[in-house]
Amino acid sequence: MHKEVLFEMMRTLVAIFISLIIAFIIIFFVSTQPTEALSKFLIGPFSKIRYFSNVIEMSIPLIFNGLAISVMFQANQFNVGAEGAFFMGAVAATIVGITMNLPVGVHSIFAIICGGLLGGFLLFIPAILKTKWNANELVSSLMLNYILYYLGIFIINYYLRDVNAGYMVSYKLNSSALIPKLIPGTRLHYGVLFAVAMIVIIYYFMYRTKWGYAIRMTGLNEKFAEYSGIRVNFVILYAQIIGGIIAGMGGAIELLGMYTRFEWQKLPGYGWDGVIVAILARNNPVLVPLAAFFLSYLRIGADLMARMTDVPSEVVSVIQALVIMLVAAESFMAKWRHKMVIKQAKEEISMANGGNSR
Amino acid sequence: MRELLKMHNITKIYPNGIVANKKVNFSVNEGEIHALVGENGAGKTTLMKILFGLERPEEGSIYINGSKVNITSPIVAIKNGIGMVHQHFMLVPSLTVAENIILGIEPQKNGFIDFRKAIEITEKLSEKYNLKVDPKAMVRDLPVGMKQKVEILKALLRGAKILILDEPTAVLTPQETTELFNELFHLKNNGHTIIFISHKLREVKQISDRITIMRHGKNVGVFNTSDVTEQDISRLMVGRDVILKIEKTKSKPGNVVLYVKDLNHINEWGKTVLKNVSFSVRSGEILGIAGVEGNGQRELVEIITGLRKLDKGELILNGKVINDFSIRERRELGISHVPEDRMVYGVAADGSIAENLISDRFEKKEFNRRILMDMKKVTNLSNQLIKEFRIQSNSPKQKVRMLSGGNIQKVVVAREFSSEPKLLIANQPTRGIDVGATELIHRRIIELRDKGVAVLLVSADLNEVMELSDSLIVMFGGEIVAYFEDVSYVTEEELGAYMLGLKKQSLEEIRRVLYA
Repeated sequence: MHKEVLFEMMRTLVAIFISLIIAFIIIFFVSTQPTEALSKFLIGPFSKIRYFSNVIEMSIPLIFNGLAISVMFQANQFNVGAEGAFFMGAVAATIVGITMNLPVGVHSIFAIICGGLLGGFLLFIPAILKTKWNANELVSSLMLNYILYYLGIFIINYYLRDVNAGYMVSYKLNSSALIPKLIPGTRLHYGVLFAVAMIVIIYYFMYRTKWGYAIRMTGLNEKFAEYSGIRVNFVILYAQIIGGIIAGMGGAIELLGMYTRFEWQKLPGYGWDGVIVAILARNNPVLVPLAAFFLSYLRIGADLMARMTDVPSEVVSVIQALVIMLVAAESFMAKWRHKMVIKQAKEEISMANGGNSR
Repeated sequence: MRELLKMHNITKIYPNGIVANKKVNFSVNEGEIHALVGENGAGKTTLMKILFGLERPEEGSIYINGSKVNITSPIVAIKNGIGMVHQHFMLVPSLTVAENIILGIEPQKNGFIDFRKAIEITEKLSEKYNLKVDPKAMVRDLPVGMKQKVEILKALLRGAKILILDEPTAVLTPQETTELFNELFHLKNNGHTIIFISHKLREVKQISDRITIMRHGKNVGVFNTSDVTEQDISRLMVGRDVILKIEKTKSKPGNVVLYVKDLNHINEWGKTVLKNVSFSVRSGEILGIAGVEGNGQRELVEIITGLRKLDKGELILNGKVINDFSIRERRELGISHVPEDRMVYGVAADGSIAENLISDRFEKKEFNRRILMDMKKVTNLSNQLIKEFRIQSNSPKQKVRMLSGGNIQKVVVAREFSSEPKLLIANQPTRGIDVGATELIHRRIIELRDKGVAVLLVSADLNEVMELSDSLIVMFGGEIVAYFEDVSYVTEEELGAYMLGLKKQSLEEIRRVLYA
């Protein structure tokens, strides 16, 4: 079993390595200053504290969405509604932040809770459609994202829009609602601690509680779960509600930590990134921060490269796509794995033979 | 006799690490019936799958008529004159016999399939080989023995000179088996070569010219059939003398635990699969259900265990009507279930052994503290069950997928037997597993019976159902057609006649199985 894990990690690293190589080749073709571009891309995020802090900041929403998607994927539910839940979580936080007056700290936490509850309620929709009418959750959550996007924009535009701002944003949030910065001079905020706490909570939830166990068994083999007496429909429901709660909280934290008012004019895309993170992390909560950090690092690196050299940041999309394809391709390096299996089996045979001759 | 086929030094290792064949040599002469025998899991089927191009070996080579061939797919195998009739038939149920036979090599007329020609081809073929089938019948309406004939014809039409039959008699009644053997002799006289996979020694003695015996993935001997006795073969197969008899005392039946009353069921394709099925199972007895597969046994088990919705009738467990009870509620009332297909229902193959052992009880207080589960107790229970049921594994954390079939079944059985059941439903409890595991499972079932558990045993293995059961019902066409209060007075031939629907007891005789 240990070898299996090791092999999967190896496989991911090889996939990353290959896609980086291909990205480098592309950079060499399109750029007049390839070495400069490469160094910005690879080392840029480490060159200043501010840049590195950017990497961590961006990891936070990726962690929340990665966790949300992981929980749902572990139940074998391909709900991609994290995007919409995340967006609406931010909208909920905006409403709480603007319309209420609460003490510092309490205000943020209340806003985060509201974001989470709203997210949970929203992803309950595709879940109940699935259990009641067997509607494919992938399709309904995908559609739900658009509904939620327009709903959110409508709420902000019609009720909370600051007409004096000159562009389409909400009023400023009460400062009591904002999450304070962790390190002065950077944008890194206390939300990172929430993210870390969430990783620990979700890990324990998935691997140490009966609810997590039921989710995992349902995901591994739904028929087996049903046969064993697990209430599969109930599991499918709550797995997606929990996913929605995590994503919604993530949205609220992102808004309260990084912004002073609601500024998104389109879906920020972190929900989709959550899918990438979950796939890279093999749906394992412990690996989610690593995957989130990796993705975030790529993004910031590419951003620096685009700003300082002639290579557009879209190169990152190429890398991302390649990594995902190679990781998702089950048979990638399957021959190698099979060789490993054969080697081990042969060792066992010779050991057994040795045992007989003794 | 001339050597027609030679497999040399074949080694096959499956992706889960199981070594199915270890440097196997296998040779078949032209025009013989060659039996390939061995326990379940000895590697017979794997070897034949390699020959038919369904699996690629890690090592080894295959020679036909002395020249080396590289069989990369069944298409190549067919080109080389090899045909295979699988254990589970590969037919399209919604097509006719003729359509199945010509599938992939359809006769054409003006760009369309020439159905008349197809029927003609089938009729000619059927006559030539003396394998009588109705070309226009739907395959799904055919009895098992008929389907097998269609499979054989399919292979013959594609020019098979070497015919591999994978446990062809496992699904047949004694009468059908006799018929099949006559057909096989006929084929042999026509110059065909037949490889006959089996672990039924009596049949092997009856039909084969030579025998290759396999054990643990190795070839342990090739003999002329006339030179060896059944005892010799079984000793080589198992590696020791086997006790064919299951030792048990006479049952002492107590109260009725399960009472099934007038069960009727129409399946998802509108076919009536259960007709007025009524019986009772008493504590301390093993009631066997014999019958050719597909005569309603599966649906019956699924309804009792709650996997399938009940249409009409009543299920009464210890005096309580459980018609609408969920699977969980039924389990709480003491129903245990060893499912027919362990990989579909029995386990989560990618879960650990421990995770698979607690799936029916993980919510119980004893395994949970306030929020977190008590992992120590889970591990303790797993270690205890692994020891008690002799599950061969490295640790409770090992993935079930990495275990052999017998050990996977032990995981299922360990869980189901250790939940203190009142009613145990064992559906094909020893299918496809080795003798050691089979013995252990049989012994445990008898132990449970002696503790007063009511056991309902469904098995397609006549030997098992006759040896293990105390009393027996026979199902045919969704009905109970016979009840035998004491199995020891029944012969295999008699049972076969009921299983085929040739005989049927009177309603009064059958109703004796209802104890109030």
